[in-house]
Amino acid sequence: TMFATQVYGDNGKMKEYHYTGPVEHRFSPYSFNGGTVLAVAGEDFAIVASDTRLSEGYSIHSRDSPKCYKLTDTTVIGCSGFHGDCLTLTKIIDARLKMYKHSNNKCMTSGAIAAMLSTILYGRRFFPYYVYNIIGGLDEEGKGAVYSFDPVGSYQRDTYKAGGSASAMLQPLLDNQIGFKNMEGVQHLPLSQEKAVQLVKDVFISAAERDVYTGDALRICIVTKDGIKEETVPLRKD
Amino acid sequence: MKCYRLFIPYSRWRDAHPIVHSQKYHRRRRVCRLISKTLSKMALSSVLQSESADFSFNNDRSFSFGCRFGQTDLGFGAAPGDRLNFAIKASLGPDDKDGPERKIEFLHGTTTLAFKFQHGVIVAVDSRATAGAYIASQTVKKVIEINPYLLGTMAGGAADCSFWERLLARQCRVYELRNKERISVAAASKLLANMVYQYKGMGLSMGTMVCGWDKRGPGLYYVDSEGNRVCGDLFAVGSGSMYAYGVVDSGLRQDLSVEEACELGRRAIYQATYRDAYSGGQVNLYHVHSEGWTRVSQEDVLKLHHQYQEPKK
Repeated sequence: TMFATQVYGDNGKMKEYHYTGPVEHRFSPYSFNGGTVLAVAGEDFAIVASDTRLSEGYSIHSRDSPKCYKLTDTTVIGCSGFHGDCLTLTKIIDARLKMYKHSNNKCMTSGAIAAMLSTILYGRRFFPYYVYNIIGGLDEEGKGAVYSFDPVGSYQRDTYKAGGSASAMLQPLLDNQIGFKNMEGVQHLPLSQEKAVQLVKDVFISAAERDVYTGDALRICIVTKDGIKEETVPLRKD
Repeated sequence: MKCYRLFIPYSRWRDAHPIVHSQKYHRRRRVCRLISKTLSKMALSSVLQSESADFSFNNDRSFSFGCRFGQTDLGFGAAPGDRLNFAIKASLGPDDKDGPERKIEFLHGTTTLAFKFQHGVIVAVDSRATAGAYIASQTVKKVIEINPYLLGTMAGGAADCSFWERLLARQCRVYELRNKERISVAAASKLLANMVYQYKGMGLSMGTMVCGWDKRGPGLYYVDSEGNRVCGDLFAVGSGSMYAYGVVDSGLRQDLSVEEACELGRRAIYQATYRDAYSGGQVNLYHVHSEGWTRVSQEDVLKLHHQYQEPKK
């Protein structure tokens, strides 16, 4: 077990690694475990991908801790941020899914899971779950759907979204390649499944180059009407 | 201490017999105050506990770590306020030095505006959401369709706005079922204002305009998380509001046609996105009239830029 401490100097700002005077330690209930999650929605498929590195501070706790969790046959959620809250949140979601199944005799749809997650997160508005969630799955019509969240429950449906430590690096790349933003005179071709998977692999390879918290391996979950297929691709281990 | 029949004034008797309570009494009072404070958050907890019997929202946890509201340490590398919101706040909550003093003025990174005219209400918003300096999304829907004749705009914390306005939609529907008639704009805005007033001072950030048409005609109210609720003919909310006010004030007349009013709203938001770094994306335009609201247009700001700037060259 680890507990994180915030080290404050006497002027209130965070101190650097070297010791220069009296410091005040304060217990923080959160810690940052890194990780990047990405989801892309296609015409009849959805892809949720995450790296598998679990870090804390300067150390790596595990090289095989994927951040995608399967919820139903048509929905996968990716959670990154504080690993403790990720685990608890997924347990709560699984339990609520079971309760819904028992009361309503059907599985929750992706849109319903998204709305439910929003209220679960807002329930802790004053002591948030430090988790960046992205849900990927198929909606009722069989089309791909991606829902992205913030730690307190604000959400919206997207075509593609990156979340986690390398999100600011990946999102512009996806805007350009999938959204065709900032490109003039380009044909807007719909994204095929093979092209999307290749794009996701390339994008994570780039993220692993430049973000210290991303790397080791990439886990891709492809959601189609035939079920959920998982693929693992190695990434840089340094 | 008993008070018998007196030949002196009660006040003199009272001051001569001070009441001293035990430590147990004071401890009990403190606990009761804490409990009633927790119970007063009924609005939030009653909604969330209805589905999840075991996953009850326990307020006390937030006190036990010594984290005051709005001052959660988000750990290595994350800055306070690092959540998706339409706002940049000066500070997530009071710093240790400031104590109870707090900046009353929040900067809300958005531009939303609404104004009344002879044919109803025009509502125009941008669509950018920022998390610190990172643009989290350019396609956010900042107008919530409460019901076919009521709209709510969102400025401030994204989760706060969408949660409370969704709860408002539920309350409006309950009102309709109970009273067999539509809720008025004044009543809807009052419901929202009263719901968030219970959380005043706890760090909610919400600046919204409730717009609709009821039997008194077009209605427009501004409601925020500080407890303000005002009726008016024109409001602009957000960091780009000053730029939008300039444009709308110079062009607003009561006798505008629907087309002209829409163009005025669109132009005002465009000018605000041009000058304000925290506003941008698309301009979403709604028109509320006697039959309800209609979605007029959604245009990208880049396209509007070409449209407005081209003729100048």
